Amino acid sequence: MSDITSLTLTDLVKSIKDKKISSEETTRAFIDRGEKSRDLNAYITEDFSNALDKAIAFDQKPNFDLKLPGIPMAVKDLFCTNGVKTTAGSKILNNFIPPYESTVTQNIWNEGAILLGKLNCDEFAMGSSNETSFFGSVQSPIDKDLVPGGSSGGSASALAANLTPITIGTDTGGSIRQPASFTGTVGLKPTYGSCSRYGIVAFASSLDQAGPMSKNVKDCALLQEIISTYDEKDSTSIDFKRNAYSKELTNNIKGKKIGIPKEYTVDGMPKEIEDLWAKGIEYAKDCGAEIVEISLPHTNYALPAYYIVAPAEASSNLARYDGVKYGFRSKGENLIDMYEKTRSEGFGEEVQRRIMIGTYVLSSGYYDAYYIKAQKVRKLIKNDFDEAYKKVDAILTPSTPSAAFKIGEKTNDPVSMYLNDIFTVPVNLAGLPAISIPAGVDAKGYPLGLQIIGKAFDEQNILNIAYAMEEKIEFKNKITDWWIK
Amino acid sequence: MTKDSSEYLIERYNNVYEVVIGLEVHAQVTSNSKLFSSSSTTFGAEPNTQVSLVDAAFPGMLPVINEYCVKQAIKTGIGLKAQINKRSVFDRKNYFYADLPQGYQISQFKFPIVGEGTVILDMENGPKEVGIERLHLEQDAGKSIHDMDPQNTLVDLNRSGVALMEIVSKPDMRTPDEVSAYVKKLRSIMRYLGTCDGNMQEGSLRADVNISVRIKGSDVLGTRCEIKNVNSIKFMQMAIDYEANRQVDLIEEGKTIDQETRLFDTKKNETRSMRSKEDAHDYRYFPDPDLLPLEVTDEFIEKLKLDIPELPDEKKKRFIDKFKVSPYEATILVSDIDTAKYFEEVVAKMGKNQDMKLAVNWITGELFAVLNNKNLEITQSPISAKNLAKLINLIKNGTISGKIAKTIFELMMDGDKDPQIIVEEKGLKQESDPKALEALIDKIINDNREKAIEYKNGKEKLFGFFVGQAMKASSGKANPQLINEILKKKL
Repeated sequence: MSDITSLTLTDLVKSIKDKKISSEETTRAFIDRGEKSRDLNAYITEDFSNALDKAIAFDQKPNFDLKLPGIPMAVKDLFCTNGVKTTAGSKILNNFIPPYESTVTQNIWNEGAILLGKLNCDEFAMGSSNETSFFGSVQSPIDKDLVPGGSSGGSASALAANLTPITIGTDTGGSIRQPASFTGTVGLKPTYGSCSRYGIVAFASSLDQAGPMSKNVKDCALLQEIISTYDEKDSTSIDFKRNAYSKELTNNIKGKKIGIPKEYTVDGMPKEIEDLWAKGIEYAKDCGAEIVEISLPHTNYALPAYYIVAPAEASSNLARYDGVKYGFRSKGENLIDMYEKTRSEGFGEEVQRRIMIGTYVLSSGYYDAYYIKAQKVRKLIKNDFDEAYKKVDAILTPSTPSAAFKIGEKTNDPVSMYLNDIFTVPVNLAGLPAISIPAGVDAKGYPLGLQIIGKAFDEQNILNIAYAMEEKIEFKNKITDWWIK
Repeated sequence: MTKDSSEYLIERYNNVYEVVIGLEVHAQVTSNSKLFSSSSTTFGAEPNTQVSLVDAAFPGMLPVINEYCVKQAIKTGIGLKAQINKRSVFDRKNYFYADLPQGYQISQFKFPIVGEGTVILDMENGPKEVGIERLHLEQDAGKSIHDMDPQNTLVDLNRSGVALMEIVSKPDMRTPDEVSAYVKKLRSIMRYLGTCDGNMQEGSLRADVNISVRIKGSDVLGTRCEIKNVNSIKFMQMAIDYEANRQVDLIEEGKTIDQETRLFDTKKNETRSMRSKEDAHDYRYFPDPDLLPLEVTDEFIEKLKLDIPELPDEKKKRFIDKFKVSPYEATILVSDIDTAKYFEEVVAKMGKNQDMKLAVNWITGELFAVLNNKNLEITQSPISAKNLAKLINLIKNGTISGKIAKTIFELMMDGDKDPQIIVEEKGLKQESDPKALEALIDKIINDNREKAIEYKNGKEKLFGFFVGQAMKASSGKANPQLINEILKKKL
């Protein structure tokens, strides 16, 4: 059954529940396709043989009451998985096998899903193109030598290439939404505090959120419903009433007020992005939504503020990778020498750059000028959204200022790479939920996404809007399997 | 140095210097589990057996505040008559060391849980107030062991993440004696509260000592040096003495004092430079994004206030008012909560006919001597409060003399024996029958006629001789008061 892998999650679950296909068949199909697709470099660690064992075991004693009955899936290698190597895309964790499971992945396995393997990502999720991974760049299935975006590039690539029916990523400044946009898939960054950070290798603690990546909005709602739980093990987890997102999903968004922020028109933005946005506005109107002009006046300061806050937190979060307790260790003359060699050899260039930026902005004499000021900006950005949400229910923007670019195109220009996050970063700074849905293609046929930003804890609303618009857009990803010989 | 014990001044030529001292005390919170993890805090366990994934800083592990430790810190703040901050913030103090698994210590920098307070020291020349600047919660680091392996440093993370309270005083102390009194008082308050066991040998209480000197009378603070991690009161006093003199010598030589961190070498009895201000770590403090600001309500604090026991200062006042003991005696009795408890139990068991003077003397005299000799805490006393009270009552009601009581006291130590039973078994009851004593004295006077005549002729010193003879004849059991009376009459 060659088309198992092209099914949506929802259809796959139904087929298994209806006993049309078994978990074993399903798992074999994805393993088979995974093995044929190694040129994409989407996996860091394949756990195929265990996956097959688990699938067979599931079929012997199936439980069809579960939401993901015997569904195989691969996850970003930033989630710690008990007994399965977890690298965060870094040499420094190349040999690290966690003796524990992240809350988000545990929630998934609890619903019957089966781990296929760990997906490539930018090193410690620092990157927008999946080129900073110690395990090499990931190819986008959209076109040869095209980046899948980052940092959840392996997840986006695997999902778009049908190596996994659904997946999870993490999003600190756009790491779910940007690769989703680049690969014609759906990606949700939930409200900060919605999904537990327990067991996720930390990049920037106050911004990191796990979220679902899927082929359509319905699948996305289903996975969000599973992964979003209150967790006492994460002090920033929030105990709010969570909807049954997939059950409550509706395409009726009549009368919803959708804001269009004028500040999201940036200099040098390609016309095709502007056109896409305009098209998006029309789709929203078609769905019965009301379009409202709004202003988010501090948008311009979001990116600089982000590139202070995120590296600051990262510089401290990554201090634990010192060669003493676990992971890679280089030999040194003494403790300091060992630290220097371990961290110089264990971390890649981008990670080192951000550790240095973060160390600098936190150092005495610069702290007030950078870190404190960035925190003030962050507050202003949050206030902008609060003001806007007095008038609107959600905000519609492009997901990225351009379509995917070629591997190597931006590696020597970090600032131009950072600019890729311009539309996604403010959302993380404000802790809001946002979803990217595929909405069109550029001149080369590369996918482009639209972002719908919601109020805090209002995932249901943006899922509904995305669901309604998805119907109108009728986007079809064109994957030619060019990498399969 | 002047002789007046209340002053500690350093004189050089025409200059008289005073010493300004402030303390940062690190007190381990009494708690079964660590500040941000559920690992045990038991002292002395096998290395690396009390370490959770959080304590060892595994990827993706997150701290979760231990509410009990927060309560302990607030209770300590209440005991220090300090401001309790309803909102406090945990910060990361970033530095690299092998026994610091996270690469940062979670501490409180700008917004501590407890603000300004006061501790009153009972000095010989009257009470002295020392201001508390702040108290904050922080994690302890692990332990690096350099001498177990010739090639490697070994790391024990059992202590990693244990909750500490850092209690910072104002620079209000002027003498090593005040420092000693301050540490003892802090320790006493925390032991009363049950928030820190104060065990300095096990490292539950250690201090960084900040010292500067200035010409007496000046109100400008001199440049200070910080002596890190001194773990006994004696060493604190020695370190202050050395360091103050070192600083005075530098000033007298026209040199300047560098603000720096120093170590006290207990073997050489000297302080030496650890790192200068220029080399000082830049800790890059910033609020820990893994933890929300710590917010407590008024109700939470009020509820904890109900749990606060009578503290040393209040207890001392009550002892003076109720038991009519002297301020000096009261200070000794309340300094340790267990001593105070013991004393109060003795008082209770003495019943109606209490003799406070006897009770205080026996506890602070005989009992303390025994405990000191045997190196025991009062909670391990070989003689229970109940039996000591009985002994005191036997003296009070004239059954035994004070001298016999000492003999009985020795015997009581063997298995906390009841003194009444010892008196009966050994026939140590005091002879208080006047007729029997008269007969005994008549015999002594008869046997010593010449001395009796000498006494009558004015050699009054001989009275003591007759008392001694009477006691000897009665094997010490004669009631000394009656002996005195009868002798006076007969001689």
